[in-house]
Amino acid sequence: MITALIILSVLAAIFGLILGYSAIRFKVEGDPIVDQIDAILPQTQCGQCTYPGCRPYAMAIAKGEAPINQCPPGGETTILQLADLLGVEPLELNPEHGEPSGPTVALIDEENCIGCTLCIQACPVDAIFGAAKQMHTVIAAECTGCDLCLPPCPVDCIDMVPVKAETTNWKWSIPKNNNTAPKA
Amino acid sequence: MLQLSKFKGGLKLDGHKHVSTMHAIKQARLPEKLVIPVQQHIGLAPEILVSVGEQVLKGQCIARASDGISASIHAPSSGHISAIDEQPVAHPSGLAALCITIQTDGKEQWCEPSPLAESYRERSNKQLLNIIRDAGIVGLGGATFPTAAKLQSCEPEKIQMLIINGAECEPYITCDDMLMRERAKDIVLGVQVLQQLLTADQTIIAIEDNKPEAILSLQQALQKQAIDNIQVISIPTRYPTGGEKQLIKVITGKEVPANGRPADIGILCQNVATAYSVYRAVFLDEPLISRIVTVTGDAINQPGNFEVLIGTPMSELIEQSGGYTDNIAGLVMGGPMMGFSLPSDNLPVTKACNCILTQIAEDTQSPPAQACIRCGECTDVCPANLLPQQLYWYCSSKNFDRAQDLHLFDCIECGCCSAVCPSHIPLVHYYRFAKTEIWAQEKERQKSDNARQRHEFREARIAHEKAEREEKLRLKKEMLAKKKAEEAGQPGDSDPKKAAIEAALARVKAKKDAATEKPKNTDNLTEQQQQKINEADQRRQRTISKDEAK
Repeated sequence: MITALIILSVLAAIFGLILGYSAIRFKVEGDPIVDQIDAILPQTQCGQCTYPGCRPYAMAIAKGEAPINQCPPGGETTILQLADLLGVEPLELNPEHGEPSGPTVALIDEENCIGCTLCIQACPVDAIFGAAKQMHTVIAAECTGCDLCLPPCPVDCIDMVPVKAETTNWKWSIPKNNNTAPKA
Repeated sequence: MLQLSKFKGGLKLDGHKHVSTMHAIKQARLPEKLVIPVQQHIGLAPEILVSVGEQVLKGQCIARASDGISASIHAPSSGHISAIDEQPVAHPSGLAALCITIQTDGKEQWCEPSPLAESYRERSNKQLLNIIRDAGIVGLGGATFPTAAKLQSCEPEKIQMLIINGAECEPYITCDDMLMRERAKDIVLGVQVLQQLLTADQTIIAIEDNKPEAILSLQQALQKQAIDNIQVISIPTRYPTGGEKQLIKVITGKEVPANGRPADIGILCQNVATAYSVYRAVFLDEPLISRIVTVTGDAINQPGNFEVLIGTPMSELIEQSGGYTDNIAGLVMGGPMMGFSLPSDNLPVTKACNCILTQIAEDTQSPPAQACIRCGECTDVCPANLLPQQLYWYCSSKNFDRAQDLHLFDCIECGCCSAVCPSHIPLVHYYRFAKTEIWAQEKERQKSDNARQRHEFREARIAHEKAEREEKLRLKKEMLAKKKAEEAGQPGDSDPKKAAIEAALARVKAKKDAATEKPKNTDNLTEQQQQKINEADQRRQRTISKDEAK
């Protein structure tokens, strides 16, 4: 009886030590689920989800404070991926946060730009180039199409234009009459 | 004699080859305007070297290959550059792309050629590769992968077999057939250059057995020059034998590993027309400015093959083939299995354009797709050993991960599955859709990763700037306070009480210091000295106690 108790207590102590050690040794920095959610979000940093950027929204989803259907730029694909990751039912995109639109890119009407730098300060990814009283221009390859530079512009010289379809980024469309597949 | 094997699947198709092999290759007329798309190959766009208004000579480089996988573009004829802008090009999207337009002057004036001819044997591999790269040669079998990059990407000593692909398995197309019939000697010279580059033990020219004239012509060319290290092999006609992996399987019985390249198993494939272009580049110093194009189909009056300058409008070739018949219903670039429809014939011929196929209504209309009945015929004919039905299922439901697990990217888009499907499901269209969708998602992911990085960098920078500003502010505040204190301490003596206290504290401290101070030089004293010191100490003690009493 006593022997059994001693053996069990010793074992418990050993395992406790192992667990305690591994908790320190293999400590995971940060919250991995936030990183995983953040990796799915489109990183436009547009704030349409009402959070100030993609990572805050990812944190809110991870905490269960926000539903997964608040990201218009990500659209259906993002919602499906999030649902898959979190093991929840996919939801329809919440129209309160905006409609999904095709990819766009900001274009500054350089004739009218007064060089106020307000758009530069608003750009979440530093994709606008310029200096005070100098004409600004958008680095199109870096622009996420977030629309955040539009409101601060005092002369309304920024337009969002759809990303141009080129032979290099063109996609085959899904064949019409796509209802012949066997159901999963 | 080589023991041939078979690849799985494939189809026996009606060749329709004789339609366009009745006449010799004709020289297409020089058009007034040549429209040369800048991007005609797989890889990066070349860098344009000319500007509008500039005079160019035939064979002059007008866009130079950029670093990495790219190919140069040359002026197919002399004239002046009339535009550099977006023009419609032959692409499944029907979109426009950047083109250089040359207004020809009809003089066909060459820039100074410096042919190597037979002296190429003394040249190093590097020099020969440079010639091939500078000539803008790309794989003319259809993939248009830059040839120099393909040759460079493999280690020459590991290549045991060079296969020259003259299979031309797709129906209707006969440009390689005619080239082999008429220019066998030149092809052999081109193959010899490739042999020198690769030091392969075995070189095989593989031709489908429905082209006896081409086989004979090449065999005669080899005999005449007494070349015994190149073999011409007749292979059974079965679509798609011309596919690189299928051809290797037929000739060697080996399979190229999934996601691998033929070079991994010591084999390199080049198309016959590519070998011919290598001959032109090395022996004549002529860049790739023309190619053989088959104009054929059931809706053209005089089908045939043309030697065409790159950039020639397709409409010119149609005109020189006697025009369309009345029942014309559609136009395809490439063959009926792998080609894509063209919206019009007002498009330029490119390096990739092997065939212009005219179609009648029967060819263009396919019955509406019906539900998959799971007959499995597509699986039987798939030459890539894939499961077309499963792929179709996952592609149509946009389950791209599963489609990739089933090796979607090993699909060569040969079209066998679509051709046999009793439900007329456009299977290849689904695979193309899925492939471009996956590529786009991959690009999107890269872009969003980049955006995340930039955003995080910006956040960090803003935080850093804020911290810096606060630090500066703090320092400034401190300086101000100090200055104030100094100003307060010096002239006006605004607080006499405080000053008095401070002075008193200082005095006491000085006294204490004096009291605790140890006498110096007090070792080895005489008694008298010691007595004097004691007296002095007593006096000091008295004065201190008097002070304290006050």
